Parts: sequence; structure tokens; C-alpha cells
Amino acid sequence: MTADSRIDSCQALARDIRQSVVKMVHRAQSAHVGSSLSMADLLAALYGGGIIRLDPKRLDDPSRDRFILSKGHASAGLYSTLALKGFFPKEWLDSFYQNGGKLSGHVSYPGVPGIEFSSGSLGHGLSVACGMALASKKDGLTGRVFAMLSDGECDEGSIWEAALFAPHHKLDNLVVLLDYNKIQSLGHVKDVLDLEPLGKKWESFGWAVREIDGHNMSEILGALSALPFTTGRPSCVVAHTVKGKGVSFMEDKLLWHYRNPTADDVTKALAEIGGAA
Amino acid sequence: MRTAFFKTLEDLAEKDPRITFITGDLGFSVVETYARRFPKQFLNAGVAEANMTGVAVGLALSGKIVFTYSIGNFPTLRCLEQIRNDACYHRANVNVVSVGGGLSYGALGSSHHATEDLAIFRVLPEMTVVAPSDPVESALATRAIVQHPGPCFLRLGKAGEPTLHDPAVSFTLGKSIRIRDGADVTLIGTGPIVATCLQAADRLAEKGLSTRVISMHTLKPLDREAILMAAQETSAILTVEEHSEIGGLGGAVAEVLAQSDGPRVPFRIVGLPDRFCRVVGNHDYLKQISGLTVQDIVREAGRLIGQKV
Repeated sequence: MTADSRIDSCQALARDIRQSVVKMVHRAQSAHVGSSLSMADLLAALYGGGIIRLDPKRLDDPSRDRFILSKGHASAGLYSTLALKGFFPKEWLDSFYQNGGKLSGHVSYPGVPGIEFSSGSLGHGLSVACGMALASKKDGLTGRVFAMLSDGECDEGSIWEAALFAPHHKLDNLVVLLDYNKIQSLGHVKDVLDLEPLGKKWESFGWAVREIDGHNMSEILGALSALPFTTGRPSCVVAHTVKGKGVSFMEDKLLWHYRNPTADDVTKALAEIGGAA
Repeated sequence: MRTAFFKTLEDLAEKDPRITFITGDLGFSVVETYARRFPKQFLNAGVAEANMTGVAVGLALSGKIVFTYSIGNFPTLRCLEQIRNDACYHRANVNVVSVGGGLSYGALGSSHHATEDLAIFRVLPEMTVVAPSDPVESALATRAIVQHPGPCFLRLGKAGEPTLHDPAVSFTLGKSIRIRDGADVTLIGTGPIVATCLQAADRLAEKGLSTRVISMHTLKPLDREAILMAAQETSAILTVEEHSEIGGLGGAVAEVLAQSDGPRVPFRIVGLPDRFCRVVGNHDYLKQISGLTVQDIVREAGRLIGQKV
């Protein structure tokens, strides 16, 4: 695959993820559409760009790469990605939030192939990712661990406990993908509890940091293909993103952390996202 | 008890490289031998219990048998949500070890008194709750929880607890140990306070009363059978715990008795009153002012069976 076609195919996957997310959230009448849309390009690169070494047919391979969605409320995005990449049947997406369904509002393990860890309460995922990365090192395995964090969850003290831990133990098989969409539950991050300078904070804790445009597929693939950024250090990708990215009327709007799209909204959103559904 | 725990863990770690011990930067003069012998199976997570617990879960989900260790409420309440969501929900093989159950840390103050942990851990789904009474039970409980696949809470005393059992005593999680038999009253204790129950039984014997003494080392799963048998075969049941009188051993036994179709027996809970222990004093002193002495148990037992003792 040429660099350009790789970018094209990841962009196509990102469109499919976004379409699926909007439809799922509408069907489920659920929240958090904006949080799924902001990380769609990162997931598309990870799963569609040949970055994560994870075979849906060999999910018990101890050497596999692992992905943890610490921002578990963005479940529609991850479920869509996994279904599109063949981890489980796409029909499962219809059961999102449904009584007796397979897919709960926050990602859930076990029972959903490709989900390594259940989240929902913020600030838990990175520590567990540290444990998995450490186990991988101790056992001499090549598996890496990717943890997708939200900006809001960086308010949690436990994130910074883990941020201290990983560099101390030289976990260069650990990667934080920080979906820095600048909006948290009740407002803009800079107004609620300012995280700036966020990249420098991670750097000062001992992480090798790259700040990228989290919607520029070439930049995303460039960063994820250069892991670890520094041997002996965990990597942190601070991805500057836009909440609700891809649907103009959802972009950078707090409302779309919560609102579920109407049928009209869905039609408009799908048209804007484009691509095959 | 601490020593028995570490001695056993060292024996087990030697044979099983999956065993991994993580401390929250505590255990001066007790963790060193383990750390020296098994550097690859040892980790000091620093003073960061939430992360310690999360790391433990990550290791456990990768096939390790993990112990998290600290004192008092630090490895338990400080990181309770990590224990609930990460360890319990995922049925992770994480064994939470707390040293200094109850008022062991005496004059260090309320921050160091672990007096609500049994109640809190007992309601966590998937959690096994173990509070050994002596060094023998501690060693056997350590072996048992290594065999047990899900999350466990091991509540230890501190040091210097008397040995109550023969090392060959039979130990199974969820199956209490009847240390002494009697018909007038049953004392059910959990943790090192069982030693005080035995002394109370001696005192009651001097007064012509025969006492059954049970070490309820596992609070969850609870040995319902032993409780119902005591209700059938003895005239009264008194539970004794170095823990709040709310929700711990007494609460657990009351739940069984209240829902049983068997005979009703007089029942009472001896535990710590529902307040912080704000008085300064050593372990014995605090137990004394909290109503956890031999005399207190003897008095309550007598009251329960309607005899002045």
C-alpha cells in the first residue's frame, strides 16, 4: 500500500466510523456522540492503518497489542471501529443500549471481542494499561498497549499517578492517545480546570510527547508509525481534536456531549460525513 | 501474622513465577527479604494506591497472581473504586492485603484505624473476604487465596498475635473453624479477636457455662451452615469483631439468622460503636474503651442467656 492509499483507506474508515456512530447514537437515543467523533480519526489510523497488531481471530495471543478505551463513554466510536474491522458482527451495533443487548453504554468486557477492559469511570484505564505493559515487559513479549484518554479525565489524580509510574518503569511499549477535544462534561476544559500546558506536563513526567492535529491522517499515521518516540520512555500523543468533528453543527459544542441526534440531524450529519455507510 | 503471610508468600513465589507482590511503599523491615529474593516478582508502586490497584489489575489480566499491600485503609478505601470496577468486575486475580485491621495501629489515630473495611468489602460482588485469627490461619489463607482465581481481601492484624491453631488445622475458604465446642452459647469471632473469645470462653467455663467458639475467618462466602448449626445446637449466639458493629461479621450473621426458618436464638453483636475512636491510646487501651475486652464478651454472653456472670 502506498502512503497515499493508506491515508485514503484510513480516511474512508474514519468516515464509516462517524456514520456508524451517528446512527448508533440516534437509534439508542444516547449521549456522547461528540466524544466518539473527536477520536474517530485516531481509531481509524490505529485499526485501519496497520498500527495495532491485533488479529480478531487470535484475541488470546499473549503477544497481541492491546487497546484500552479509558474514556469509556465514547463507546460508540470503538464499537463501530471493531465491528467495521471484523471483530464482531455489525448487527451487534443495533443492540447498543438495548435491553438484553450485547453493547452497553460504556465499553464492557468480557463478551465483546476486542474489548480488553471495561471502563466508564474516568481515570482508571491508564493504570491498567501500565499493568499490562509491565506484564508484557516482564514476560519478554513484544505486545504494546494503547490507552485512549480524554482531556477531562486528566483532572483525575489517578492519571498522574500512572503518568509517574510508566516512565519510572521505562514502559516504552505503552502509548497514550490523548483526545484533546477541549470540552469536558460541563464546559470548555480551559474554563473548568485548565490543563495547559498539557503536552509539557506529560513531558515533565518523563513521557516522550508528540503534539499532532488529531484529524490530519498523515500526521496521525506519521506519529503512530514512529513508536516508541524514544526508546526507554512511554509515548504520549497529544492529539488536538474537535469535539463532534465531521458534523458542522456538532463541532466544538458542549451540547453534543449529551444531545442525541433527531432523524433530521442524522440525515444532515450523514450527508456531511459522506462516504459509504 | 505479617510474618506468617510473608513467609508463606515467599514459599509460594519461589514455585510460581506468576505471583507478583506490589506494595504502596509500606512494609519496612518485613518486605525486604521477599524483595531481595524475588526482584522480578516485586514492585513498589509508591504512595499511589489507585494506580497500584489499576496496575495490579493490568498484570492480573495478563496472567499474573497479584498481591497489593499496604496498611489500614490505604490499599482498601483509598482505591475502592479501582477495586470495585477494575478488580471485581473483571474477576481479576488481585489479592488486596491490609495490615493493621481494626484498631491495631492504636495511637496513630483514626486515619489508621481500619474499622469499616469488612462491611464495605463484603458487599462487593465477586470479592472473597478473609480475616484470619492467628498466624496459622494467615499462612493457610495466603495459600488458599493464591489458589482462588478471583479478587480477595486479606485483612491481617499487625504482629505478635498468639497462635491459636495447630499448623495441621484444616482450612478452606468459606468454611469456619470450630475451635471449641459447647452448648450454652456460641461466640463467633473474626480476626485476631478470636483469641479474646477463647479467653472469654475460659472465663465462662469457670462459671459453669460451656461455650462454642468459632473462627469465622471467611466473611464472604459466609459459612451459613455453621451459623445455622449454632442456632440449632446452642442457646445463644454472640458475634465478636474488631470492626464497626454495622455491616461486618455481626451484620452478616444477622442476615443469615433473620432469614432462616430454623429456631430463633438470642443474638447480639459485639463490635466497635458507630463513631470514630478519637481517644489516644495503644491497641489494648483502645479495645478496652471500645468494649472489646474479655470482660465485655463475658458480660454480653451472660446477658444474652439470662445469667449473671
